[in-house]
Amino acid sequence: MITKIVIAILALVLAPIAGALITGVDRRVTAWLQSRYGPPILQPLYDVLKLLGKEPMVTNTWQALCAYVYVVAAALSVVLLFIGSDLLLIFFVLTVGAVFLVMGALASPSPYSQVGGQRELLQMLAYEPLLILVFAAIAMVTGSFKVSAVFELSRPMLYDIPLMFIVLGYALTIKLRKSPFDISACHHAHQELVRGVYTEYSGPYLAMIEIAHWYEVILVLGFCGLFWSTSVVGMIVLVALTYLAEIIVDNVTARLTWRWMLKSAVGMGVVLTIVNMLWLYAQ
Amino acid sequence: MLGNMINKGRIKSPWVVHFDCGSCNGCDIEVLACLTPIYDIERFGIINVGNPKHADVLLVTGTVNQRNKHVLKNIYDQMPGPKAVIAIGACGCTGGVFREAYNVVGGVDKVIPVDVYVPGCPARPEAIIDGVVAALEKVKTLLGMTA
Repeated sequence: MITKIVIAILALVLAPIAGALITGVDRRVTAWLQSRYGPPILQPLYDVLKLLGKEPMVTNTWQALCAYVYVVAAALSVVLLFIGSDLLLIFFVLTVGAVFLVMGALASPSPYSQVGGQRELLQMLAYEPLLILVFAAIAMVTGSFKVSAVFELSRPMLYDIPLMFIVLGYALTIKLRKSPFDISACHHAHQELVRGVYTEYSGPYLAMIEIAHWYEVILVLGFCGLFWSTSVVGMIVLVALTYLAEIIVDNVTARLTWRWMLKSAVGMGVVLTIVNMLWLYAQ
Repeated sequence: MLGNMINKGRIKSPWVVHFDCGSCNGCDIEVLACLTPIYDIERFGIINVGNPKHADVLLVTGTVNQRNKHVLKNIYDQMPGPKAVIAIGACGCTGGVFREAYNVVGGVDKVIPVDVYVPGCPARPEAIIDGVVAALEKVKTLLGMTA
């Protein structure tokens, strides 16, 4: 019990710092791929500190509440993952946060925020079935939805459900707001929707959303790490390679329309899952 | 300590929003040139955002006229403080060659307080970057930080 509390506190404190550093490295690598020099690694931290110090401005109080719920839900889902809780519970907590983000965006009449909110809902429609399929596959391998059950396996899950890792990669790309699926908001200077779902959040509330995003980065990378649960080195290598692939895909692809996103993500996800399940069943 | 960290963040991460207040596009292209790999202002943490609510620095190019002065004021009011305004180009600073025109109000400072003036027709990207740095120096003295 005591160790669990310590792990929970460590996850709560270290996850956003790690998320910020990963985002900083991401921006540096992206700049390098675009033959630029790029910002310092600590840039995301500077951005958030600055935003925290800005004057709070909200169009209505709902938005402030939504930003708070989003960051709490993201932090809670990371804590649940690190204490080895239930995958489905993590999924539901994550979803509550995402829904509140959209509600905050839709609480303002701004057209950019509205369109961004609608697109965010479509993104959720695309990645949530994929996450559920991945969790179901994990449960088929381990016999339980518990994260702790994954660590009792004698060999990495990647050998049993490699195709589910690709499905998770799809969900990861959508959740990290990377091209080709950055249709509701993205971290680059694309501006056709201003900042999409983030448009109406400003100052400290935007900082909170950014912190929640760092938690989510750690959460989805944690899901990736579960696929090589037998060694810490293997886990780190797998996560690093996956994230590098994400950055490269982000830089070489253009943004898709939401129809393409839904078709390709759900279509590919279902096909890959069926093939993988049949293979698992035949073994 | 948190206050110091926030102040450091303010210096390290000035996000700019660019408003074309009736410019001929000469200065606008030079503003966008700052974002290209040659000048790469992101290495100073400067990001070009499309949303005044996220911005710290307002870059204004072009003369202010009777029609768009309300828009300029509105954009300025939407920016949460602390904020800075940089007028870019001869037109933004004073009204330029259009100063005497019947529909022109004049430079940006006729409508909102301007912190830094970047002259030139058009202003060079180097001058615009220098302007942002000058605005940051001004912010530093306001915050009581020594350079």
